[in-house]
Amino acid sequence: MKHLTEQDLLDTYYGEPPEAATEHLHECPECRAEFARLAELLDEVRNLATPPRGPGYGREVWARLQPHLPAEKPHWWTRRWLLAPIAVALLAAAFLAGLLTQQKTSPTQAGLSQKDRQRIFLAAMNDHLERSEILLAQLVHTDSGEIDLSGERARARDLLDENRLLRETAARSGDQAHAALLEDLERVFLDLANSPARLSSKDAAELRQRVEDQGLLFKVRVTTSDTRSQGKTL
Amino acid sequence: MEWTDAAAAEEARKGNQHGFRVLVERHSHALFRLAYRMTGNEHDAEDLVQETFLRAYKQIHRFDGRAGFGTWLYRICSNCCLDLLRSKKNKGEMQPAASEDGQSWLDRVAAPGFTPERLAESSQIAGILEPALKKLTDMERTAFILRHYEGCDIDQIACILGVHANAAKHSVFRAVQKLRRELQPAWGAAQ
Ligand SMILES: [Zn+2]
Repeated sequence: MKHLTEQDLLDTYYGEPPEAATEHLHECPECRAEFARLAELLDEVRNLATPPRGPGYGREVWARLQPHLPAEKPHWWTRRWLLAPIAVALLAAAFLAGLLTQQKTSPTQAGLSQKDRQRIFLAAMNDHLERSEILLAQLVHTDSGEIDLSGERARARDLLDENRLLRETAARSGDQAHAALLEDLERVFLDLANSPARLSSKDAAELRQRVEDQGLLFKVRVTTSDTRSQGKTL
Repeated sequence: MEWTDAAAAEEARKGNQHGFRVLVERHSHALFRLAYRMTGNEHDAEDLVQETFLRAYKQIHRFDGRAGFGTWLYRICSNCCLDLLRSKKNKGEMQPAASEDGQSWLDRVAAPGFTPERLAESSQIAGILEPALKKLTDMERTAFILRHYEGCDIDQIACILGVHANAAKHSVFRAVQKLRRELQPAWGAAQ
């Protein structure tokens, strides 16, 4: 009878017995004794305790870590936040010049074709939705309990003006789908912009709940990808 | 709403610190255990957890999602531990049982959550086991700790160590052989 090797016994201990090993152990007292010795030692070794860490250890690690995270991270965020409104500013200029609203002005006179205007609108819309998505995601994923929303509040205020401009533009050009979404967003941004910097856990939960109930984050994501593909086909 | 590791890593890659925070809070305990078992020093283990997350954050764009995020973190953490152990070895700082702040193993585990039986048991084991673990090669020790304490399978260990599955399996095997040789006589005497 061929006995089990040390490797076989070890694999068996770690729950990956080779073929027929379990059967052999059942029948062979020698291998069974050898396996018992190995298992006893390894079980003992497992009792080597590590000094306990409390349930809040993960949060402590984060608190110590966060100030040391490289400042590169904001480069994406801040750059987006500061530069993206250019598309909206362009839209505002076009809007104020009456190019998007006054049907009397012919496209050639205005210097911008219908297609160009549509393109500017979609680019501005796309930027706006991407930044709205980030803000909503942060809102939805904040911890429960009382939260500091001062950063989110400032961003909601930034977004509010361009949101209005985009909503009016969409409504006037008969783009009901975009107008409806922007109206939903505007209500959330308005609440957030007017909220105190620190929100009680109840108010925060309510705000989160509203975003979740309306499926707002999902709608924004879907619309962003639609807007992007519309822009590409133009 | 709970983020999966993959979703949180994706957010972190996009620059959302909250995504990274979720990962830190989720994996800190496991990394501490690994780092502690690798170094036998509480203070070092704390620093290694920080260093691991810092490296992970800087390299988050390299996480491709093929291995789980936990496996990826273990790999970074093992490398951090090995770097530290090597640098200590070079400086001649390797000391067997007591930690560098002069605390004995007993002091260190004498914290809330430890029953007297548990304490006696684990300090007795530690007294025998820690020197034995230190006699393993870096690769053997890492492979054994991952297999035995963290429940990793051979493929995960191979991925963490950056070696072939056969080499990973052999390292665990060699580690167990050496530990048995070291421990079995000592164990008999202690019991
Ligand atoms: Zn046999």
